[in-house]
Amino acid sequence: MRPPTQSTDTPLQREPAVTIFERGAPGRRAFQCPTLDVPDVRVEELLPAHLRRVEPPRLPEVSEPEIVRHYVRLSKRNFDLDSGFYPLGSCTMKHNPRLHERVAALPGHARLHPLQDPERAQGALELMWNLERALSEISGLPHVCLQPSAGSHGELAGVLLTRAYHEARGETRHKVLTPDTAHGTNPATVTMAGFQVVKIATNPDGGVDLDDLRAKADTDVACLMLTNPNTLGLFDPNIQEIAKVVHEVGATLYYDGANLNAVMGLSRPGDMGFDIVHFNLHKSFTQPHGGGGPGSGPIAVSDRIEPFLPVPRIVRREASNGAAARGGDASFDLVEDWAGAKSIGRLRGFQGNYGCFVRSYAYIRSLGAPGLKDASETAVLNANYLLARLGELGVLKFLPLAYANAHSNASIPEGDEAVRGLCLHEFVLSGGPMKRNLQIKTLDLAKRMLDYGYHPPTVYFPLLVEEALMVEPTETETKETLDSFAEALAELLAEAAEDPEIALHAPYTTPVRRLDEVGAAKNPVIRQAF
Amino acid sequence: MTQYTSVTDSDLAAMLAAIGVSSVQEIFDRQIPQEVRLGRPLELPDGKSEQEVYEHMRALAAGNVSAEDELCFLGAGMYDHYVPSIVDMLMERSEFLTPYTPYQPEISQGGLQVMFEYQTAICELTGLPVSNASVYEGPSAVASAGYLAKLHNGRKRFVVSAGLHPHTLATLRTYAHGYGIEVVEVPLAGGVTDPSVWAEAIDQDTSAAIFAQPNFYGAVEDAAALSAAAKEAGGEQLVTIAQVDPIVLGVLAPPGECRVDVAVGEGQSLGNRLDYGGPSFGFFAAREDYLRRMPGRIAGETIDVDGRRGFVLTLQTREQHIRREKATSNICTSQALNALAGVVYLSWLGRRGFVELGELLLRRTHYAREELCALDGVSPLHSQPVVREFAVRLDADVAAVRRYCAAAGVNPGADLYALTGREEDRGGLLVAITERRSRADIDTLAQVLGEGVAAERLTTGDAGRGVEVGASA
Repeated sequence: MRPPTQSTDTPLQREPAVTIFERGAPGRRAFQCPTLDVPDVRVEELLPAHLRRVEPPRLPEVSEPEIVRHYVRLSKRNFDLDSGFYPLGSCTMKHNPRLHERVAALPGHARLHPLQDPERAQGALELMWNLERALSEISGLPHVCLQPSAGSHGELAGVLLTRAYHEARGETRHKVLTPDTAHGTNPATVTMAGFQVVKIATNPDGGVDLDDLRAKADTDVACLMLTNPNTLGLFDPNIQEIAKVVHEVGATLYYDGANLNAVMGLSRPGDMGFDIVHFNLHKSFTQPHGGGGPGSGPIAVSDRIEPFLPVPRIVRREASNGAAARGGDASFDLVEDWAGAKSIGRLRGFQGNYGCFVRSYAYIRSLGAPGLKDASETAVLNANYLLARLGELGVLKFLPLAYANAHSNASIPEGDEAVRGLCLHEFVLSGGPMKRNLQIKTLDLAKRMLDYGYHPPTVYFPLLVEEALMVEPTETETKETLDSFAEALAELLAEAAEDPEIALHAPYTTPVRRLDEVGAAKNPVIRQAF
Repeated sequence: MTQYTSVTDSDLAAMLAAIGVSSVQEIFDRQIPQEVRLGRPLELPDGKSEQEVYEHMRALAAGNVSAEDELCFLGAGMYDHYVPSIVDMLMERSEFLTPYTPYQPEISQGGLQVMFEYQTAICELTGLPVSNASVYEGPSAVASAGYLAKLHNGRKRFVVSAGLHPHTLATLRTYAHGYGIEVVEVPLAGGVTDPSVWAEAIDQDTSAAIFAQPNFYGAVEDAAALSAAAKEAGGEQLVTIAQVDPIVLGVLAPPGECRVDVAVGEGQSLGNRLDYGGPSFGFFAAREDYLRRMPGRIAGETIDVDGRRGFVLTLQTREQHIRREKATSNICTSQALNALAGVVYLSWLGRRGFVELGELLLRRTHYAREELCALDGVSPLHSQPVVREFAVRLDADVAAVRRYCAAAGVNPGADLYALTGREEDRGGLLVAITERRSRADIDTLAQVLGEGVAAERLTTGDAGRGVEVGASA
């Protein structure tokens, strides 16, 4: 069944966008201020005139029912993971268990002040310690710091750790290597941390070009940042050789954990030779993505990097003299050493996004070792099955697998036009043939998918794949969902073969249709005009 | 199969057949070399049922003394404000909770409009014309503002007030060491940034002049005077940056009216829970000149092909996914859900309520400071005006007094020395007042603290340092 092929004027479309600032009326309110139970001293006596505000901010004047209706209606203008398939590559949009929301909201977690004395926050510190130990085991690196606020923040921590490591050895290095397939956060982080980016080429098999790496790896290189499996969905089989080259020049090897969902319990960055790893708790360990955060980006490091980890650190002390706080066998403390001779210091306030730790820890406890392995295996199974179905349905003729030659699969006959192969938890297709043969681009395909009821995959990344489409189904989708998605994609291409105009002007059924992004950037309107 | 996966035996057979492999194992064997495979199970506990995990998480929660369990006067960056029920209800909606960054604007209008409304609210609070859609949190927002200043003028030094939160100072130093900027700290005099040292420290090599409003010790700074002095000594290219507590902007002059170029801060006060320190959000507002150097996401208004009003992520050429090493920041995921809580909260307070709340905090804080400073062995640490937090000096061992109070169910505030490590902060206690702390609660604090100081008193006689409390700064 094809969705509408022209503008439909749905009820949501008929409802114009009205902001909360355009609702309400002067004098309306939701808030009832608590009673003034202390002396009614005039504000003028408490604050001199030159420090005071004269005009109140123009915040909305609305009743509670108006607020609720406004935001609930707004919410209906969003597509979300709970409602539909969201195969956004590199983002690991797996199911968010509601147990996590329930336990994170327990007052003992949610109303715990970050400066509560450690002896009165033993539950929180025990949870964080346990999470650190679990992440250490999963990554194969001995030391963990939970503090960074997101993946990019973890990357910054990692590059600053690298700087501190070299400085402690009396070395000043200037360059950080990143493959041309890297996430944009990698080079952006490198610059922010005061290093120069040097790009490493990708070989015909989609991995690091070893010759290029050898040519560029010298003693001015501080670090190589790598994702493995990389952003093409390919595991670099030369990883040990890469680690050797990097370590021979005294540099560190950094692991971008965005794709950890492929290998949990199966292969560990520490065992591959990485020195520093960041995790995206919001990806691999299922935080709700919140429309763009919050996230959490803990790091794990090897022994030689450990002295430089951010503060505060959590320490576990064996019980002695009956000191165990909760009748257990150990107590926990937070240590923030000002002298901080070697630590890079702080990356943010307090201890990190604890609310995220609660959720990811609950997830790890729910799944346990076998469950985490099952999650990765199923994520990989689902991605391969979807890829196979797309092959069967002829989709890969128009959207071939990028670097297909690197995906070894002996069962596919040689010379098969729709060559397909194996992937890990995600795969990258190229819309090049579709563009040439069907006259629609990846962008058009994505926009038409919206009418079919799917969130499109990641588009136009990685940059070195023409018209890229990066698909990550995750382990929490059913076979039926994967089948339906594959069929929808086939149908969409059939439709485009008949009439490309349909996709070129899609979507038709969404609350708004294609938006003028160029105009928005040229004349930025980024707040309500009053 | 786990509780969150769904592959039955018959599914598995069909899927493997379609793929053309005999087992899942084979998929891995063909792609990951044996040498880097983990040939054993992870050493983690086995999985548990939902109710077992719930009980475990509940037991851990019970190992904490939260603001639900004691009378809490802790602040110092995060505060136990009341979060209205509609915030919880809206944050829990799947449509806000479970999508990601609005890469496809046609199906993300809800989230994008929320960002636009949030930006508007932050502009109104700060009196500045542009805001992004949130950054991680407070201290790193200051460090990001510093990076903006470095990109803007290429100068080599930050001059910072010692009145910044110690976590902010530490974070700024960490970042600045990376991007190669020297940090010079200006001490306080009488509880606020010493104006003469401030002016002397700033010159044409100063990239940014950074202070907190109110400062870490609760004192309200003369923001306009600090900014003016910084611009005079450092020229127009210097960037003035203020870390601001947003909840008091109903009563304090907005940074935009004090010649502040960039106002950033911790947004937790605005409808976010304590969560032992996060997640919350950081806000980031600035003058128009800095728009194209802002970090993070920005939502903008536009129209669709049919002329309907809509919203998109805009000015993306600043961002890492487009500009890579030339980006103005490395931020990708920020704090959209927490910023939603912020704008819902501000709508709930509304134009009048926001000011009323600020005035209530002002009056209760003033009352609390007077009550506490009337106690034997307790004196004000400074005499500057305060709005929602104030510092006192105890003539007693602060740790011992805090333990005494804790036994009586009162957390009297933060131990200043433990946070700053500054000798002059020994004996210091930082007390925060929110609208959840009634007069009766404050009276309880005064009684318990008085007893505690009496019990742990270091010396006898007049401990006060003879500072007058008032608005005459």
